[in-house]
Amino acid sequence: MFERISGSPACLVLWGLIATVAMTSILEGSRGFGFSRMSLPFLLGTFVSGNRKLAFVLGFALYTLGGWLFAFLYFLLFASVGIYTWWLGALAGALHGLFLLVAVLPLLPFVHPRMASEYHGVTSLRELEPPGFLAMNYGYGTPVATLLGQTVYGATLGGFLQLQHAMSG
Amino acid sequence: MKGASALDSASHSEGLRSARPSQLPIEDYAIIGDCRTAALISRDGSIAWLCLPNFSSPSVFGEILDERVGGWFRIKPRGHFKSSRHYIADTPVLETTFETAQGAVRVVDLFPVGGGIDTLQPMREVLRLVDGIRGELDLEIHIAPAPNYGRTKPRLTRRGQLGWCFNWYNELLAVRSGVDLRRTGDALHASVRVRAGERICLSLSYAKDDVGVLLPVELIAQEHLDRTLAWWQSWAKRCTYAGPYKAAVLRSALTLKLLSFSLSGAIVAAPTTSLPEAIGAGRNWDYRYCWLRDSGWTMQALVGLGFQAEARQFLSWLLHATRLTWPELQVMYDIFGRTRLREQELKHFAGYRGSRPVRIGNGAYRQRQLDVYGEVVFAAHAYVEGGGVLEPVECRLLKGLGEVVCKQWREPDHGIWEIRGAPRHYTFSKLMCWVALDRLLKLDEKKVLRLEKLRGKFEKERGELSKAIEKYGYSTAINSYTLSFNGESVDASLLLMPCFGFKDAHEPRIRSTYDRIWQRLGCNGLLYRYERGRDALPGKEGVFGICTYWAVHHLASRRDFGEAKRLFEHALTFANEVGLFAEEFNPENGAALGNFPQAFTHTGLINAALAMERA
Repeated sequence: MFERISGSPACLVLWGLIATVAMTSILEGSRGFGFSRMSLPFLLGTFVSGNRKLAFVLGFALYTLGGWLFAFLYFLLFASVGIYTWWLGALAGALHGLFLLVAVLPLLPFVHPRMASEYHGVTSLRELEPPGFLAMNYGYGTPVATLLGQTVYGATLGGFLQLQHAMSG
Repeated sequence: MKGASALDSASHSEGLRSARPSQLPIEDYAIIGDCRTAALISRDGSIAWLCLPNFSSPSVFGEILDERVGGWFRIKPRGHFKSSRHYIADTPVLETTFETAQGAVRVVDLFPVGGGIDTLQPMREVLRLVDGIRGELDLEIHIAPAPNYGRTKPRLTRRGQLGWCFNWYNELLAVRSGVDLRRTGDALHASVRVRAGERICLSLSYAKDDVGVLLPVELIAQEHLDRTLAWWQSWAKRCTYAGPYKAAVLRSALTLKLLSFSLSGAIVAAPTTSLPEAIGAGRNWDYRYCWLRDSGWTMQALVGLGFQAEARQFLSWLLHATRLTWPELQVMYDIFGRTRLREQELKHFAGYRGSRPVRIGNGAYRQRQLDVYGEVVFAAHAYVEGGGVLEPVECRLLKGLGEVVCKQWREPDHGIWEIRGAPRHYTFSKLMCWVALDRLLKLDEKKVLRLEKLRGKFEKERGELSKAIEKYGYSTAINSYTLSFNGESVDASLLLMPCFGFKDAHEPRIRSTYDRIWQRLGCNGLLYRYERGRDALPGKEGVFGICTYWAVHHLASRRDFGEAKRLFEHALTFANEVGLFAEEFNPENGAALGNFPQAFTHTGLINAALAMERA
């Protein structure tokens, strides 16, 4: 099925990677430019390790893998509605980002083994600062950077399919 | 989100308005640090200077430069009190004891040594522990950060049991404590009574570009303190110096280590900016950079004390950070080797005791100083003498410096003292050019590097330099070597001529120069760096700390140990009670002047002690 949607699985993997790279660049760039302190790879990595170095390396690997896997879900979405455009991808990305901000990140203090919670306070194991509403504990620019990153991710995937269909049709 | 500008707003915070009537003397401060940044803590318990995350980053606490808007972190007894302080043995962990009629407490201040990248330690952390030791004592705690040199208003938020957080841009300063801190304007305040046997802990953890780490301070405080003490004491044990005045030498070594930047190997001249060389005279400069002129003596101090790893790191920084400008060298670089250090004035800062302007950046980076070539080659030579090995690429870099010396030594410069105005032919600059070629030739003789065809050229130019110094750098009218060619005034750097091996210390010209320097520059047993009025700047600067140690070094090379010892002991009396030296001193009352503490003065002390031990 993926071959029918995207030309070849190799292309899908490639564009999944490109979209992940674009999103990661925006999110990590927002830290360097002073808009946010959030690093999703770091938060992901500290799920499995309390070693900062290892957490970053593993986090980036897991995050890239996640980006690829999510690309398949996006392709399924495009196929299910039969619309292959950049704007549908952007819309899906924005909704994905919003879900991340209002549901997934606020859940972290309850599931992340190394994150402190405003209810339980800080312990010698749970020392990481929690994200708070819309992850704004990591800076007021965090929601904007997250939405922008996710939107670009979706738009890249949708744009790729739009281009693919234009070339084949 | 970007922080709002505090300058536009008349009221940064109620707390920030409560200025103290007068500032403490410079010598009433002590330094703590983590080899990335450093804080100055006053005798009355205030962190009055702290830049985050690094030495040359903007200040978060800058009370020492402006009591109204600079920002501070105070732990201070209510009412009248007496304070005394010292560093815990062989560490830079500061212990201040406050005493009142009712009781006494001990405050321990430190930057905890982290567990490294293998843990989730905060990027930077300051820990303050208060232990009640007698009776009971009421303390006032006041935390008022003023980031970006007081230009940015931080957003203060309470996060339930996680404590208070100050946010600005992508930076976070989290306050963790068991004390019930209350918001007062944009600051935090608490009044607490500490009884004998009780302990309160306060921690600041800082993050930039990263998720913050919040510490269970009550649980980890003792462990962090013990680990920090153990780390520093283990470091101090590596010091191989066994001569006299060991305590002073070790304190200087610890201070030098605190001023080193572990991320690059650079060593800053001082952790502060614009502490004045003369009160109210405009002689205020930013010293949070690395001056190559200090490099030779710094290297000699590190090698002489047995800190070979630090020496290696420093040499690597010297030769690699300067590659941006190689084969030419700038006067100074920042801690990462960056070359543009544009000077600006912080017009909203009142300055230490009203000494304006407060400057950040340093315009002297544009000057030309030919002595720096000699300093860098001298540093490399000292490193090799101490058993170090140079990489082939480093040998190539050093040879390039020698070629620049050959091309440029006939040109005027601004000299070691960075005297602003027209360049001149400074005798010390020529001496250091001679040192550069002489040490390169010595390295060639030892087969550390291969000069090959350059050897003849370097020998010829070294000879020319020697002749020029003797012909134009010595005045028969005053029987002394002179500050500049064909001049009639002297400066203290000329004391180093025998120390570099240019001439024997017993030579009549060297002896008469020594006498002339004391005659013209001596004051209450200390030395000015040059004759007054030479720099055309307003105000009268103090005596220059390192110059007296140069005189000791000079006397040691003459084997006049009695006089060297007397002078050394006299110079030691100008340290504050925790063993720290400023750049300059008021010769009349001994008050510290200039940026504090000063690496240059401490390296002078170490090298003078080493010279006495070896001679």
